[in-house]
Amino acid sequence: MAIYLLRRIFATVPVMGVVALFVFALLHLAPGDPAALIAGDLATAQDVERIREQLGLNAPLHVQFVTWVGQLLRGDLGVSVFSNVSVTRLIRQRAEPTAALTVATLVMAVSLAVPMGVLAAWKAGTWIDQVIMLLAVLGFSCPVFVLGYLLIYGGAVQLRWLPVQGYVPIAQGLGPFLRSITLPTLALGIVYIALIARMTRATVLEVLSEDYIRTAHAKGLAAVRVLVGHALKNAAVPIATTIGVGVALLIGGAVITESVFAIPGIGRLTVDAILRRDYPIIQGVVLIFSAVYVLINLVVDLLYTILDPRIRY
Amino acid sequence: MAAFGLMLLIATAVVAILAPWLGTTDPVQIDPIQRLRPPSAQSWFGTDLYGRDVYSRTVYGGRVSLFVGLSVAVLSVLIGLLVGLVSGYSRPADAVIMRVMDGMMAIPAILVAIALMALSRPSVRNVVLAITIAEIPRVVRLVRGLVLSLRERTYVEAAVASGSRLPRILARHVLPNTVAPLIVQATYVFAAAVLIEAGLSFLGAGTPSQVPTWGNVIAEGRTFFQVAFWMILFPGLALSATVLSVNLLGDGLRTALDPRLARRL
Repeated sequence: MAIYLLRRIFATVPVMGVVALFVFALLHLAPGDPAALIAGDLATAQDVERIREQLGLNAPLHVQFVTWVGQLLRGDLGVSVFSNVSVTRLIRQRAEPTAALTVATLVMAVSLAVPMGVLAAWKAGTWIDQVIMLLAVLGFSCPVFVLGYLLIYGGAVQLRWLPVQGYVPIAQGLGPFLRSITLPTLALGIVYIALIARMTRATVLEVLSEDYIRTAHAKGLAAVRVLVGHALKNAAVPIATTIGVGVALLIGGAVITESVFAIPGIGRLTVDAILRRDYPIIQGVVLIFSAVYVLINLVVDLLYTILDPRIRY
Repeated sequence: MAAFGLMLLIATAVVAILAPWLGTTDPVQIDPIQRLRPPSAQSWFGTDLYGRDVYSRTVYGGRVSLFVGLSVAVLSVLIGLLVGLVSGYSRPADAVIMRVMDGMMAIPAILVAIALMALSRPSVRNVVLAITIAEIPRVVRLVRGLVLSLRERTYVEAAVASGSRLPRILARHVLPNTVAPLIVQATYVFAAAVLIEAGLSFLGAGTPSQVPTWGNVIAEGRTFFQVAFWMILFPGLALSATVLSVNLLGDGLRTALDPRLARRL
């Protein structure tokens, strides 16, 4: 077990290495002079030279890479070209709204999608199943920002139930925080709900054809106990995998959701960085988001042994 | 449902192709006097901030979205097939390729595209390339998995034992068996590409603003959505309907081409 644990943790190193190589290589393999591109069309020669100096583009490539990785390992993600503030600090300042949004969405989506999927599998072939699966396909097809504006228009502009946009930190009270986060969570969560519900339905449906399910029914257990205690328990591993892999959708979607709902998080930081071509910020965001994604999937992997005692390493 | 999806997709494609003959005006023609007008007999979907006709912009925007979806689907399937074959047949190459693919898959697809677009000039071609790079790893994984399992099959082993050369084995036994899963995969890549293109354009990292796409038409409507909701509603509906049609088609194809796999999902 301990050896597996170490090996699994060690396996994330090459993955993060490739991610780092990708964001580093981009800056240098992009056609044209990256410094000129970042500086923009109105920049003077001095501006371009200043940016080249700041990004360390004058040193030989391998020296640049070693220096850059060295800084990364010390938690230094570089400095914003536009504001001269360290990227680590900028990301830390914006982390709370993004973390709140994604965690709220994760909790909401899992607690809705898993029961939906189990219900659809239990009632497979009936109208209940068909309605749930139709909702799932619709959820896959409606982009986050279209759904976001529909929700704002319906729930905030027309009905005036919830605030239109903006974000209230938890520190200013749980009520206002929840009100500000409700619509963004719904908009961001739909795709994720669709994904998890479909996977839950498929795996539970497969488990339901097993002999031990028939035995459980035959010995007179209530349907709910069979579904939760036997079917869902045995379907837990693939569902957990889907939840972990689906976090990528959540992270990518958060960038757009924050833009729709004017939430001052990391997504908003990214969008501003795109508009200003502030590449160090984009590098930092890609690295941090990928690290979170890799970490979550590491935890999911390690959870397998708890979810399914048959798995022993 | 799949037939409905196919019909909807064909209808969207026909509208996009016939754009100039469907009562549209020049989608970039500005008319400041007519700005922010609600839908009417004259401009069916209303007008935007500059008085441009939202109906025309939506119809022309479909051209870009469908072109991007199709190009990304074709390119990423072809490149992914090639890389996947190499990976499935060469152990040393496989070790390197799969490490790179694992790393790329750790970055959410839209962030790969954002990082690529942040350092390129905004153009339709660059958007296609950026999304293709983001989508390739999934295709490579699929093809590699298929190749590895096909190589174990008795009929492939029999072909090897009877002295068939590699090109012949690939052409007769391996490639034909990758076609069905790749077609299904292509539909999902298509849907993902249309969504990512719209997302990129919405965030300002996509096509240049003089090329109308569903994403940037919606983006231009965001400041005024409380007073001019039509600027977001109509392109949003067109976008969702297109992605829905491709998803329905993909689900239908999967059920038809691989009933065993379909039951699992």
